[in-house]
Amino acid sequence: MVEVATRTLPLSGVHGGSSKVRLEPAAPAARINLRVRAEDVAALSAALGVDLPVRPKTSASANGRTALWIGPDEWLVIAEGNTDIGSMLVAAAAKSGALHSATDVSHRNTAILVSGAGAAAAINTGCPQDLSLQAFPVGACSRTIFGKVEIVLLRTAEDAFRVEVWRSFSDYAFGMLAEGARDAAL
Amino acid sequence: MLLIHCPYCEEERSELEFRWAGEAHIARPENIAAISDEEFAEYFFLRNNEKGVTYERWRHIHGCGRFFNAARDTVSDKFLMTYKAGLPKQPIPAATKAEAIAEEKTVETWEQTEGDAR
Repeated sequence: MVEVATRTLPLSGVHGGSSKVRLEPAAPAARINLRVRAEDVAALSAALGVDLPVRPKTSASANGRTALWIGPDEWLVIAEGNTDIGSMLVAAAAKSGALHSATDVSHRNTAILVSGAGAAAAINTGCPQDLSLQAFPVGACSRTIFGKVEIVLLRTAEDAFRVEVWRSFSDYAFGMLAEGARDAAL
Repeated sequence: MLLIHCPYCEEERSELEFRWAGEAHIARPENIAAISDEEFAEYFFLRNNEKGVTYERWRHIHGCGRFFNAARDTVSDKFLMTYKAGLPKQPIPAATKAEAIAEEKTVETWEQTEGDAR
């Protein structure tokens, strides 16, 4: 008899949300954590096929990849699709020839998609950032804190966010968001 | 909640994203193997612990991850300014300093009301 290992996603089967906030686990995605010095940003941008943003709190998307500014020399690159793309991205970065560090963190993170009229209010239950459209426009991203855990927040639309969280913290983050979603609908 | 200006993120963020990282501008002696135990203790263990304006290192740990320097008033807890790590000690703008001293007088500290150091 052949035994087949089946992978269970960190947030499979979770339920939450309210009349104002929709919560859903994001599809599996590939992610790399990238550290590059300022002088080599152009070389890595060319190798990865997405322009790494150099202004704080901004992101850029191209070729199905999104690069999020995390710090002055740190980026999180997310590619939708199979997690094997992660090793492809690491290999592509290696071919650039520029000094850098690229780490495949596809399985370290998982993501929760928060959308709806009360999305910002739900996230603000645990996150101290100003999520008004003036301070946090569409495409803005930031590493920040949500309750007790660290998250990377990306605004994908006026009323939609992607919350990247470490997989072992995802139950806590989802539970806290579900509570926030209930509060936002009151 | 305190708002702290991060010189790398170029905006004010909540104190929840930051960690204190000790006194700033402590230079490691270049002849560390040659100095006496007393001199080493002075460099390694002893801190000024000033009351009033101090220079400290802070880290935006749940943000950009960077260390930076801040001038803070330990009586009123007010941040007077922040600047990037690696820069020499920055003078505090006169207007900010005057404002901080005025605020210090209005803050009721334990020393002023209860302690022996009145």
